[in-house]
Amino acid sequence: MAKQHITTTINGEESEYLCEAQETLLDVLRDQVGLTGTKEGCSSGDCGACSVMLDGVLVCSCLVLGVEAEGKTVETIEGMADGDELHPLQQKFLEEAALQCGFCTPGVLVAAKALLDMNNNPTETEVRYWLAGNLCRCTGYDKIIRAVMDTAADMRGASA
Amino acid sequence: MSGMRYEAPGSVDEAVTLLADAKGDARVLAGGTDLLVQIRAGMISPDLVVDIKKIAETKGITANGGGFSVGASVPGAELGAHAAFKAAWPGVVEGAELIGSTQVQGRATMAGNLCNASPAADSVPALIAAGATCTVVGPKGRREVPVGDIPTGPGKTSLADGEFIVDIKLPARPAHASDAYLRMIPRTEMDIAIVGAGVNLVLDDSGTCIEACVVLGAVGPKTIIVADAAAALVGSKVDAAALAAVSAAASAAATPIDDKRGTVEYRTKVAGVMASRAAAIAADRARSK
Amino acid sequence: MNEQPKQFKWVGTRTIRPDGVDKVTGRAMYGADLTLPGMLQGKVVRSPHAHARIISIDTSAAEALTGVKAVVTAADMPEADSKLVAAGEAMINFRDLAHNVIARDKVLYDGHAVAAVAATTNDIAERAAALIKVKYEVLPHVIDVLEAMKDDAPVLHDNMFTGGVKPKPEKASNVANRVEFGMGDVEAGFAAADLIIERKFTTEPVHQAYIEPHAVVADMGQDGKVDVWCSSQGHFMVRSFCAGLLKIDMSKIKVSAAEIGGGFGGKTTVYLEPLAIMLSRKAGRPVRMAMSREEVFRGSGPTSGAAMTVKIGATKDGRITAGDATLYFQAGAFPGSPVGPACMTAFTPYNLDNVRVVGFDVVSNRQKVVAYRAPGAPISEYAVESIVDELASKLGIDPIDFRTKNAALEGTKAAYGVTFGAIGMQETLDAAKATEHYKIPLGPNQGRGVASGFWFNIGGESCAGIRINEDGTVALSEGSPDIGGSRASMAIMAAEVLGIDVNKVKPTVVDTDAIGYHFVTGGSRVTFATGMAVVDASKAVVDEMRARVAKVWEVDIEGVVWEDGHARPASTNVGDFDPMSLAEIAAIANKTGGPISGHADINAKGAGPAFGTHICDVEVDPETGFVTVLRYTAVQDVGRAIHPGYVEGQLQGGAAQGIGWALNEAYIYDKNGCVDNPGFLDYRVPVASDLPMIDAILVEVPNPTHPFGVRGVGEVPIIPPLAAVNNAVAAATGTRFTALPLSPPAILAGMAAKN
Repeated sequence: MAKQHITTTINGEESEYLCEAQETLLDVLRDQVGLTGTKEGCSSGDCGACSVMLDGVLVCSCLVLGVEAEGKTVETIEGMADGDELHPLQQKFLEEAALQCGFCTPGVLVAAKALLDMNNNPTETEVRYWLAGNLCRCTGYDKIIRAVMDTAADMRGASA
Repeated sequence: MSGMRYEAPGSVDEAVTLLADAKGDARVLAGGTDLLVQIRAGMISPDLVVDIKKIAETKGITANGGGFSVGASVPGAELGAHAAFKAAWPGVVEGAELIGSTQVQGRATMAGNLCNASPAADSVPALIAAGATCTVVGPKGRREVPVGDIPTGPGKTSLADGEFIVDIKLPARPAHASDAYLRMIPRTEMDIAIVGAGVNLVLDDSGTCIEACVVLGAVGPKTIIVADAAAALVGSKVDAAALAAVSAAASAAATPIDDKRGTVEYRTKVAGVMASRAAAIAADRARSK
Repeated sequence: MNEQPKQFKWVGTRTIRPDGVDKVTGRAMYGADLTLPGMLQGKVVRSPHAHARIISIDTSAAEALTGVKAVVTAADMPEADSKLVAAGEAMINFRDLAHNVIARDKVLYDGHAVAAVAATTNDIAERAAALIKVKYEVLPHVIDVLEAMKDDAPVLHDNMFTGGVKPKPEKASNVANRVEFGMGDVEAGFAAADLIIERKFTTEPVHQAYIEPHAVVADMGQDGKVDVWCSSQGHFMVRSFCAGLLKIDMSKIKVSAAEIGGGFGGKTTVYLEPLAIMLSRKAGRPVRMAMSREEVFRGSGPTSGAAMTVKIGATKDGRITAGDATLYFQAGAFPGSPVGPACMTAFTPYNLDNVRVVGFDVVSNRQKVVAYRAPGAPISEYAVESIVDELASKLGIDPIDFRTKNAALEGTKAAYGVTFGAIGMQETLDAAKATEHYKIPLGPNQGRGVASGFWFNIGGESCAGIRINEDGTVALSEGSPDIGGSRASMAIMAAEVLGIDVNKVKPTVVDTDAIGYHFVTGGSRVTFATGMAVVDASKAVVDEMRARVAKVWEVDIEGVVWEDGHARPASTNVGDFDPMSLAEIAAIANKTGGPISGHADINAKGAGPAFGTHICDVEVDPETGFVTVLRYTAVQDVGRAIHPGYVEGQLQGGAAQGIGWALNEAYIYDKNGCVDNPGFLDYRVPVASDLPMIDAILVEVPNPTHPFGVRGVGEVPIIPPLAAVNNAVAAATGTRFTALPLSPPAILAGMAAKN
């Protein structure tokens, strides 16, 4: 099959790429678009390292075909900071040592931002279940959960 | 797998034509959370994938006459966010929301879960207990089918070539009616059910159960409707004695296998535990309505 | 060690890690993130059999496929010498390593590599891999360690005769080696006991399950020079292993350390790297290879499962009189299980007179094991700590008090021969007992478990270079791949010695051409050993700066002291000079002798042994056997925490891995000896909703041999959780379990068997 020409908006910029029908959005982002911040940990939807937002919905990019992104918006970790200004979650993860190897971190941050965009006052249990699909093998999750909760508290304080 | 063709038709007719005319292996793509994993693992290599998410009929949740119609491309996250649906069918939503992670919830559909035909499918026991039907379209037109008739065995369905599901319909509810779904997994999330139990019941004004359906998943090649468990509930106040009878009936009905996820002995016992706990939750919910 | 720690400016603070922004923005480059011009994609063909003879390999159809640029088999790799090399904390045989990287004559486990292919796209490489026809003669296989020891078991290596026994056996077997450690008179010790408990235990192999699969890019030029980019726990290890396997001069191989997405010991050896070099050599183009998750489980090393018998005796007043253990460890397909360290650590939290530990290293048709965090210790200490708990319980003594009566102290002689200096076992017990956690009342079906753990920690070869830039900033070069924030610790230690702002120090993990040999990032050694090199190099720079200032002031170097980032006169006798800052000295370096730098190339000795004590509360659902971890506290003697945030993270992460090991993780094999759960769906690592917050309590008993008192911290935390969970489950259910994992079916079956 000839490759298909796909037009999509990635991190706010209109982007085009060519892909074969069986290629996943994860493959396309990493190999065609050059956005390697989105990671491949399992390619079966079990680890969350490839989390991105697709039309505002949190998904595993390994479970989306590249061709499905036609006409849609895609947000990846590379689009999370505003220029030099880190997103509050990114900043809090650094301050609170909420990453060790950093490989799961992009997926965790994308997923956590999706939660806080919807609910800036989650309980610990809500954060833990929301992030249950983001495996981290280094941290035992403690500092990740705290960083998300603390960021939410800051966001509530800022909007109060 | 090289040479796979992807189509995203805008109408049911176009999709049916594509599927009917397909040469080789044609697959329907809704959420894709099973399909893409199977492609990646080399279990299947379809020549054609028909994405049904652009078909209007497969989208959205519609209330009609007290019942609901859930489009085949509605993901779990959308189902959980629909307040009226969740109030009417909390057990159906529980089942759908247990499929995978938050990320998977953004994609996975009940129709896909049904058509993947895993005996452990989390959304299926509650759908069957609810008396749900689905609309099947294909080259020979459309038909309404009870959801329980779709899976015929592990990985196998009654759908003919070119057929697919466009929506799942839930009936209207009387007062004091509710449902629940529980499953046993070794972790708190991200697992396949070792045992699943869906219970749907209706109470009268005095709290006596007048209708019930108890359905088990993951303890046989197909879901199992436990008539003896329903019989134990009907006429009871869903008290301890009735729940004990539900547990015994569910364990007696289970026909599980030993596999990497659980033993026959374990699944048999826990089928009873899950069924009785789900019945208690469903009854509590029904009483408060 | 009651002296007050002196005040540090940076040591003990929670600085922002230097590589942090890259890692939260997606800019950090991991093993699979590099693309080179003309790069090919490589794939491995793996055995579908647990044990089979390779009759033939036909690569012709694959080679004929358009887009395929190279195919390699074992025939393309020179046969390796049989010699021992250090790999992580174990010694392995070079020939075994070669045969594990790519099978020669026989495949020994499901997933064993037999061939590799490079093509222009992943898709073509996958199709080519499927076209490689391997003809096998399937042989009987053996998976279980005790089965593998039987006389009639299928023998994996017909040239392997049990070592460590006399006389040397005449018949080949699957028992590679026997080791024994001990002291005192065990029989006399048991004779003095009032209570003796003996039980048999089993554990299953568990995988390190780092989230980043193994990945490499290799590029060999026409001149035979090779550039390798990969994610590993030691790029110098990758260089020496590839050089040895492929008979290439080390000077021709440059390995760059990609960021590494977790290792835990699992990336202390090579799998793909030699294959990628072989493919690149044949194709004349760069080749990238990355494992799928399934390949990680089938083709890379977990740690051992084991069968053990442990017997401990104690007096009524709670003094342990003797300990005796026999450990049978699965090595996987080639010798080299961590049974040695398992034996050495088994009873070491305690000050005992009479100890005997015997270990057997046994091969079977499983993935070759590789290091996993404190290799061997979690397994043997699980068994010992479970019996210690049962003894305390039966004697009616609080489990922490029981341990206090027996705790190893300064001056205690361990069974493996060393006499401890300053150690903190007792301090961890005291801190555990003082926690609020330990006092919280428990409800029905709930139980509390305590367990301690010991690990040696190691030193080893490390180097560091410190260069003062013209503007007074500092470039710090070292060669230990940073898995968990070690660059932050290096920057802190350099800034502390130099007396400058930590943000002026930029640490870089440089390639193998740029600095001297480093042992792997493993053995909890980096902050200790590489940190020591950084301190030495920083001190050398300080001395050089003092010499430069002495030249300017025209005084002896003894007349110049370094305080708070400035050169100052040692006393008023030296003269009345204004202090000179590091930046001022840097600015005039060209006038005082040229660029200023300091280096240290060391083999660090004196790693501080470390101990931890954990408390775990669980609730067990009596109808389903499901275990909920309610609370968890990890206490550890860390010597001194350079960056407390990342030290706490080690305790929390290790505890989580240990909890996973205890509850749900295990390799499962089908009847053909193939892995039945090679994915994250059925290989169940803990997810966020499975765990509570994990309280990390840092006890600081400084290691006297390190300039800041550092002990290794990364490995101890995975040791106590297995027994802490097991003991908590015993308390909650009234049933003593002796097999891991404690999955819901296992718990329900155990409770039913007791009733």
